Amino acid sequence: MSRRDIIRALAGLAGASLAAPVLAACGGEDNPASTAAPTATSQAGTGSGGSAATATSAAATPASTPAGTPAGAPATGTVGGSLTVYSGRSEQLIQAIVDQFAAASGVEVKVRYGDTAEMAAAILEEGQSSPADIFFAQDAGALGAVAREGLLAELPADVLDLVEARFRSPDGLWVGISGRARAVVYNTERLSESDIPPSILDFTDPVWKDRLGWAPTNASFQAAVTAIRVLRGDDVARAWLEGIRDNGARVFENNNAIVSAVIDGEIDAGFVNHYYLMRQLAEAGGDLPARNYIYRNGDPGALVNVAGAGILTTAKNQEQAIAFIRYMLSPEAQTYFAEETHEYPLVAGVPTDPNLVPLSEIQTPDIDLSDLADLEATLEMLRDVGLL
Amino acid sequence: MPQPTATPSTQPARASRRLWDGAPVPPLLVLPALVVALLMVAPLVYLVLRAAQAGPELFDLLWRDRTLMLIRNSLLLSAAVTAASAAIALPLAWLTVRTDLPGRRLWSVLTALPLVIPSYVGGYVLIAALGPRGVLQGLLEVIFGIERLPEIYGFFGAWLTLTLLSYPYVLLAVRSAMARLDPALEEAARSLGLGPWESFRRVTVPLLRPALLAGSLLVALYVLGDFGAVSLLRYDVFTRAIYNQYRGAFDRSLAAGLSLVLVAMTGVVLALEARARGRARYHRSTVGVSRPPTRVRLGRWTPLALAYCAAIVSVTLLIPIGVIIHWLIRGLRAGEPLWLVWSAALSSVSVSLAAAVVAVLAAAPIALMAVRHSSPLSRVLERLSYLGYALPGIVVALALVFFGSRYAPWLYQTLGILLVAYIIRFLPQALATLRAALMQVSPRVEEAARSLGHSPPRVWLRVTAPLAYPGILSAGALIFLTVMKELPATLLLRPTGFDTLATQVWSATAEGFWARAAAPALLLILLSAVPMAVTAWREGKSDG
Repeated sequence: MSRRDIIRALAGLAGASLAAPVLAACGGEDNPASTAAPTATSQAGTGSGGSAATATSAAATPASTPAGTPAGAPATGTVGGSLTVYSGRSEQLIQAIVDQFAAASGVEVKVRYGDTAEMAAAILEEGQSSPADIFFAQDAGALGAVAREGLLAELPADVLDLVEARFRSPDGLWVGISGRARAVVYNTERLSESDIPPSILDFTDPVWKDRLGWAPTNASFQAAVTAIRVLRGDDVARAWLEGIRDNGARVFENNNAIVSAVIDGEIDAGFVNHYYLMRQLAEAGGDLPARNYIYRNGDPGALVNVAGAGILTTAKNQEQAIAFIRYMLSPEAQTYFAEETHEYPLVAGVPTDPNLVPLSEIQTPDIDLSDLADLEATLEMLRDVGLL
Repeated sequence: MPQPTATPSTQPARASRRLWDGAPVPPLLVLPALVVALLMVAPLVYLVLRAAQAGPELFDLLWRDRTLMLIRNSLLLSAAVTAASAAIALPLAWLTVRTDLPGRRLWSVLTALPLVIPSYVGGYVLIAALGPRGVLQGLLEVIFGIERLPEIYGFFGAWLTLTLLSYPYVLLAVRSAMARLDPALEEAARSLGLGPWESFRRVTVPLLRPALLAGSLLVALYVLGDFGAVSLLRYDVFTRAIYNQYRGAFDRSLAAGLSLVLVAMTGVVLALEARARGRARYHRSTVGVSRPPTRVRLGRWTPLALAYCAAIVSVTLLIPIGVIIHWLIRGLRAGEPLWLVWSAALSSVSVSLAAAVVAVLAAAPIALMAVRHSSPLSRVLERLSYLGYALPGIVVALALVFFGSRYAPWLYQTLGILLVAYIIRFLPQALATLRAALMQVSPRVEEAARSLGHSPPRVWLRVTAPLAYPGILSAGALIFLTVMKELPATLLLRPTGFDTLATQVWSATAEGFWARAAAPALLLILLSAVPMAVTAWREGKSDG
């Protein structure tokens, strides 16, 4: 054996020994389908867990041979090709529905997951050379920031029209996919619905002393404060923050911790997004002493933010991108968001969780959601009040 | 095998105004060193380009009282953490190297391990454990009926977290220097009439100074650039202001402007360290082999010393791991799947290994130049490499997003650009360790090899590298574990679909799924600990 042969043999061995555990790992419990279709979507090996991913990454194998799309797939029609999505929504929340789209359309979908704001910064840095086709953001503010630099293309009118005007860009540059309402979560053993004051601004009443919880570092909370600023002015917002602070509201790290504290009776009520309680209820089989109260009277507390998506002007896969957004607004996907992530479906006709106030009954304050990107002054105010 | 030892030769090198000074530098060193330096400058170029677009608004932003407050807070935190790290690390190093402490080698492994805990996990854990209604409060409530602990948020919490997570930088540097000290020097001092304390203060401590400074520099700059701990513990420093520009205002130009201020602060810290370091030499000036150091008998102080080590280890290691296991068990009880993806573990390990090898190779020419061919140029190159280390990870990542997507699309979002990012962010860790190791290799040995007709590269490979081998290993181990836990650059630059344990921990915690984060977090800590434990164990062995 010559020296070169030996090196080649060793390299082969090394390759095999590296590859073996990969294959073995892919065959593990987390994602049994990925050995069958390791190249189906580049997410196949990442173990999104759950049966939807399992079913679809196998079904997505025919991506390279579009003719093989399984019969009985949803009626999106076969599109084929590939698509790159930059997602500020986490893998845990959306990979399953992305896989369903891949299976239905035959599009090979590559999803990059990251923090919404950092993704937005990356898209802005990439500018004209961005490999992304779609930006799927956790909040409207980030979409607004990317749209302001002229990097989002106008969406077709029939796609936009699926969603009410208040949940999409006024210029048609992005569209909401699912709704995330602000809510007051309260302990049902300590309070009943009638105890909740008519406006969120009334929680500054001393009667609420030492009974409240909030998470000032949370992005959704900050957006809610921005909404108060935009709707009622800085003085009202500041007075509200100071009032809640002086009421001894307990500071939590995130929404989940607030919900847990309400359930445990550590506090009576807290300011959160609606779906955290929904998730805990689903896990506990619905038997928890806590409920959401959602304002519906145009109050600053009645804010409904969205997770939404836009197509980049530089997208190389326009057709696939539009198919993706259409699919996310299809009854299948909207039902998925209603049932799995416990968010509001934004398309008419898709049933909302019966535990939630229907969107049609919520009169949201008159506000352009992309304006909530103006966070800087809010952050400054939170610091001044000593909350950051 | 000849044992490299530390001895200062008393004559300081003569200051020279020439660019090249001492032995001529082989181009084989200069070229790679320049390439690496060029990489290091990339973030700086990016920041200047971006900040130039900001316009007058930038001056309004910088010209506020708040800016001054942020600078003060950042420097204060950095100084306080560095001082506390040294205060924790020096006794630990001494106890594990120079005394008959029972279980010395085990302690030397355990006390180095807090480095493997990512600061974004460490911060959460500290809050969970010591927060106003955390685990400690729960215990105290049962025993003493205490319902609420004082807030740990702000300076105190940030200082505590960062100290507990970063003191091993000082410990590792000081310990390896201490292990290689020639006891003959202290003995000479004693024989000349100095008492034990005096000889420690006047002989040993000055000999440890380069190691102490190198470790402290790593800590000080790490603190300047850290975001995870300060954001969780809510202490307002410069990195938070920079992140707020990105996250809150989506304004990259202003963020770049603020980052340049951070660069300036880094420059100040580097200048201070350079002044303190001086130009003394630390290799052994005479031939011969040093003996292992003599050990101090602790006697009746043994329990106290053990209690000290145990206290440090329980706070820095047992509490975090305990809290994570608690999350894991709670999750499993609630029916969560174990959420362990072995492919992510394999990705983490392979990319970290690759980064360790590449970083050591990239640091070697700069370290060799700095130690063997010290000149203004070599010093500039060395200092440049600290730039990326003190910048928040997102700044370095966005700089590479900018350059990569525009000028190297073939490299963009590949493992290649990820490795470049790791080098830019962490090179100083390898450089500081290598430098310290090389300083203790006598150039006389290399000269002897060269006089026997070997070319310089051959001498480095056959003589220098084997002598500096322990240093090379620790440099690699340090890079390995830092890359294992790296997050901002990994998230933004990884190939699409490339998951590591760190990204999995992030992906679970971002949605508040703590139970799901627990398994990958534990695995991350365990795997990072392996090379660190092996190096620390080896080091414990070499000094008997």
